[in-house]
Amino acid sequence: MSTLALPAAPARWWQNRAVRRFARHRLALIGVVMITFLTFACVAGPWLLPYDSLFIDLRARFSPPLTGQHYLGTDPLGRDIAARLLMAGRISLLVGFCAMVLSTLVGALVGVIAGYRGGWIGAALMRMVDAFLAFPSIFLVLALAALLKPSPIMITVIIALTSWMEVARIVEAEVRSLREREFVQAGRMLGLSRSHIMFREILPNAMGPIIVAATLTVARAILLEAYVSFLGYGIQPPLPSWGNMLNGAQQYLASAPWLAIVPGITITMAVTSFNFIGDGLRDALDVRSDPV
Amino acid sequence: MLVFLLNRLWQSAILLVIVSIIGFTVLNMIPGGPLAQYALDPGMTQADLDRLAEQMGLNRPLPVQYLDWLLRMLQGDWGTSFRDGVPVLQVIQRHLFATLLLMGSSTAIAIAIGTWIGIRGATHRYSIFDYSATIGAMVALSIPTFWFGLVGIYVFSLRLGWVPAGNMYTIGNESVLNYLHHLILPSIVLSLVNVAVWSRYMRSATLDVINQDFVKTARAKGLTERRVLMKHVVGNALLPMITLAGMQLPSILGGALVTETVFTWPGMGRLFLDSLGYSDYPVVMGLLMFSAILTVLGNLIADIVVATVDPRIRVG
Repeated sequence: MSTLALPAAPARWWQNRAVRRFARHRLALIGVVMITFLTFACVAGPWLLPYDSLFIDLRARFSPPLTGQHYLGTDPLGRDIAARLLMAGRISLLVGFCAMVLSTLVGALVGVIAGYRGGWIGAALMRMVDAFLAFPSIFLVLALAALLKPSPIMITVIIALTSWMEVARIVEAEVRSLREREFVQAGRMLGLSRSHIMFREILPNAMGPIIVAATLTVARAILLEAYVSFLGYGIQPPLPSWGNMLNGAQQYLASAPWLAIVPGITITMAVTSFNFIGDGLRDALDVRSDPV
Repeated sequence: MLVFLLNRLWQSAILLVIVSIIGFTVLNMIPGGPLAQYALDPGMTQADLDRLAEQMGLNRPLPVQYLDWLLRMLQGDWGTSFRDGVPVLQVIQRHLFATLLLMGSSTAIAIAIGTWIGIRGATHRYSIFDYSATIGAMVALSIPTFWFGLVGIYVFSLRLGWVPAGNMYTIGNESVLNYLHHLILPSIVLSLVNVAVWSRYMRSATLDVINQDFVKTARAKGLTERRVLMKHVVGNALLPMITLAGMQLPSILGGALVTETVFTWPGMGRLFLDSLGYSDYPVVMGLLMFSAILTVLGNLIADIVVATVDPRIRVG
């Protein structure tokens, strides 16, 4: 952390004020439990289920949930939905997480530079942020995904490319307010390099808002992936994702509604969890911010 | 006010330039660039393509091409659709009404419900209503719009048969009632996210206002709580909402795209997807630029409206 003297650190991590406050936040705990459960299920689940996610059984097409060992039913090819759901979860959660890491890195970098340098560099960078925000992100993601060959990595990069602006804005505002503080001036006086001051002295002090924004970005990224894949430009079959499982669901809505309901509830669960956790972190880390 | 206006106009102009640079970059990422359409034709030889590139000025340096492209955009020449040779702006114009209808009605719903929830949440802070609204908003923001649409279609058109499952009107019946009947479900679906956003902002805006001195004065004068709310609180709390409405434009447009797809609504969102499917890049680019320009202008108008209503802004 920074060279600033910290208030006496608590002896154990769970005695930390932020941790205790987070633990009192009921919604955040629900979120943590749900995400842990989902992640665990997606990692270990496919080995525990009786069917393989790619096993096609044409005699068992469109089995409703709870027929035989198909706990969540089967899809139009007779593949087990539970198995596919968990395999899809690996992709969707991973894409969401990686997109968050990437966009947070880019956003933090742009935000720190814009906030610390200010002047025309800062202004130019922030206008670029505004310009990116002017495009509806789904339009941009779809256009890029259709132009570039979609692979999970490409989708991750594209999603990151359209969701770094929020972090950049938050970091810029934070850095701008920290720029003239005494510890930064002290750093300058000591002759520390500009990048040292930016990334080692200032950035750690903006960690709270960044963590909160990053958590909410995971939620956003999972949603975006679902949108693009649902529309057919995201993760391509046979690789399952929560979004592309819903891709064909509309045409079977009348006869096989579980095709739509099961993945949709899972997406909602995952996204809600991250939003809950983000809310809890905001309270715990004392980040004042937007009401949403 | 004039200084403020010029300042804002200038900022928006800069923003539009950067938007256009992003657009131009995307345009040049298209495989085959602007020649993509011709490259698909098996009768085209490399020599033909080279000649076309020469004719279209594609061998000039990129900045020159950009300026040329920008000038043509400014003159209203946004290219022609690969699909039917119609000018892009005309194609967009054909689909504009449907999208504006959908966005308008869903925004009206969102404002009405969101304002009510927000004010009630603020006046009954930490009540069960407030807590459920908070949690409800977070869940609503987490539901994929298209999935909510699917569930809506399943319940209200397939099971209950109350509303049609898609399209803007029944062919052969273009009465206003028929439009409205088709409009109900998609606009409710699209408004979900905005109700959530709007109610959260309205709640915090109301809380900001509710404890200020002029509200206490109003109470001290002996006004009823209802009059205090309606006359003194709501008006002031709604002010920042105008800015919010401008900021929400891209997300509403994006939501409209998804909603239109699910409900086969003949608007710009469907047009965008169809054009992607046909590799109709001029229309795709046109819609991308159009939506960004719409957003920049929307924010500009919102700022001007706020400044007209609230003199404090103009000075700052």
